[in-house]
Order: sequence, then structure tokens, then C-alpha cells
Amino acid sequence: MWNNFKNGFIKENPVFGLYLGMCSTLAISTSLNNAVGMGVCVTLVLIFSNVIISAIRKITPDEIRIPVYIVVIATLVTIVEMLVHAFMPELYTSLGVFLSLIVVNCIILGRAEAFASKNGVVASAVDGLGMGLGYTFALLLISVVRELLATGGIAFYNPFDATQQLFAFSLEALKPYTISLFSGSVGAFLTFACFAALFTWIRSRSSKKEAK
Amino acid sequence: MTELLSMALAAVIINNVVLSQFLGICPFLGVSKNSKSAIGMGVAVIFVIFGASLITYALYHLVLVPFKIEYMQLISFILVIATFVQFTEMFIKKYSASLYKSLGIYLPLITTNCVVLFVAQDNITQGYDLIETIVNSISVPLGFMLVLYLFSCLRERLDSADTLPSWKGNPVALVVAALMALAFSGFAGIV
Repeated sequence: MWNNFKNGFIKENPVFGLYLGMCSTLAISTSLNNAVGMGVCVTLVLIFSNVIISAIRKITPDEIRIPVYIVVIATLVTIVEMLVHAFMPELYTSLGVFLSLIVVNCIILGRAEAFASKNGVVASAVDGLGMGLGYTFALLLISVVRELLATGGIAFYNPFDATQQLFAFSLEALKPYTISLFSGSVGAFLTFACFAALFTWIRSRSSKKEAK
Repeated sequence: MTELLSMALAAVIINNVVLSQFLGICPFLGVSKNSKSAIGMGVAVIFVIFGASLITYALYHLVLVPFKIEYMQLISFILVIATFVQFTEMFIKKYSASLYKSLGIYLPLITTNCVVLFVAQDNITQGYDLIETIVNSISVPLGFMLVLYLFSCLRERLDSADTLPSWKGNPVALVVAALMALAFSGFAGIV
């Protein structure tokens, strides 16, 4: 079970390894705040959808399983969306349309199909947590690089109260050289490409070690 | 008329779904390995988005609003899209075997293409009327198809390029996508 959990980070990282859920990863990773918010939302949806789908896996007819999964996921996303709208309005505006697009995030449907429909409830919950954290981890990596290069610092606000700054860090030396391109789509694709190559390299190195 | 035209141009080139709004990246990377399948996917996406947008538009204004259950938007829309895709697949399979052969494999993938859900929701949140909805739901996937085709042509050349082993495949393709996004950002401000 520990391996299930661990796999989500490097070996089978849903974003850098399997190239799933890329739309939200690229769009949301402009700031640390968005990354954490989105990561938590997706992880929650993923855990609950995995648990529910695994619990009903024996009574779900095989032919209509995809619509069933989609309804379960859409319900959970609607709940999360309403909660975020009510308690974290700032996050709601900055995540925008991508919050409701969690429904079509391939990671969630992918895990439902590949794992939760074949495994028990507890194992599915652990798998959901691992994959969700792997996704959050990928978001954090990209967002830190992008926010640092685009604004010269990193700021983290309390998501429940945007006026309260929890954590701020800025590099004065970097300030005159900020690259605003990195807050846009170009920077997103470039940063993602670099991390994807890095992860491929790490994976190929560890598999070479195993071969020896 | 000029308004509609500029709206279409903005959706195809300036606010391109893939390169500036980050939607539909999965099929953008997945089915761009050769230009023929890129066109097939593009046509299928245009058809599905057009049909699904019209149905969801009607559903929203004729059912959800009168019954005051707008919060069911997400669930009902995704169900409509999933069923529509399924029906299209069955319909094409029955009536045109050759079309099914060329489009069929892409159709199931479209359910999880976020562009479809995005366009359906965008039509509602932007408050478009019927004509604007039609224009929007044709021009957005047209932009998707354009970029997908261009990207697939670039990728065919990329296959024969000599890249570092860890950059092979998707990483270097993403660098190409970044350069394309840079090129497309030059269109900003046309309209």
C-alpha cells in the first residue's frame, strides 16, 4: 500500500509521467496560492470519487460505467465548487473556469477506471491520496518556478481570508530581471517541458540502477 | 455582422483555446503524432462541440432556468456531452462505416476533452444569445483544429530530429508548443 502511495510522486507522477490533467496544471500554476488551492480541491475529489466508485464497483453494470463515474465525479466537483465559492471567494475567482473543469480532469476518470473499479475501498482511498498529492506536488514545482521568475518573489495568502499574508519571500537580486513571459502560456509550456525532461531523466536513471 | 466576425477571429487566433487558454492539452499532445489523425480529431471535435453546445444551451434556458436549478449545470452538461458523444458514435457506426473508421477512435476521447465542457459553460457565463452561441461553438473548436494540425506537422519533422534522450517525445514537443504560443501571442491586439 505504501508503494501505491509512493508511486504517485516520481515513478507514476500523473502529470510528469503520464501527462494527465495537463490543462489545469498549465493554467493554474501561475502562483503558489492557486497551486495549493487547486491541488487540495483535486485531491479531495479524487479521494472521494475513488472511495465511492470502489464501493459501488460490484453493482455498476459494465456497459454504463463511464456515465456512472462521470455523474459521481460531477456531483463531487459541484460540492467542492460550492464550498470554495462560499468560503474562499478569492480562490474561486482566480481558479475561475478550471474549478468546474476538474470534472474532465483525466486523472480522476483515469484512476476511477484503472484503479478504483478493480480494488477495495481502503486501497482506492490511499491511491486517490497518493495520486492527488503527486498532482499537487507537480503543481507546486511548476508554480514556484513560474512565480519566482515572473514576479521575483513568492507570496502565500490565507485562502480563507485574502488580506492575511501567511508567508512571503522575495529575492531583491532577481527583481530587476523578472520575466513577465513566465506568467503567460509561453512560460507555462517551457517550465513544464523542463520538468517533464527532468522527470524522464530521473526515471531512466533509476531503472538503469535496477537493471544493474 | 462585423462583431460576430471579430468574435470568431478572436476565438480562432487570439484567444486560441490551446495556446492561450490551456484547454484540450491532452488531445493536443496525444493525437498530434501525424497530421491525418489531427484533422480527423479536429473535425470530430468541431461536430461534437457544435451539437453539444446547442443542446446544452437549450437545456439551460428551457429546463434549468425555469425550474431554478442552475446549480445542476455542471452535472447535466457533462451528462449531455457524454451521451451526445455516445450517440454520435453509434450513429456514425451504423450509417457510415468509412467515416467511423476515420473518426471512430477519437470520439470516446472527446468526452474528457475539456474544450467541450468549457465551450458549453462559456456560452452560458458570457450570456451569449443563440447566434453568438453558434458562432462561438464553431470558431473555438476551429482554433483547436488549426493549432492541432500545425502542431502535428511540426511534430512529424521533430521525430527525425536528434534530441537528447530525456527530452525525446513529449518534453521537446512542449518546447515547440511554447514557441507556437509565443508566435500566436503576436496576434494579440488585432481585433
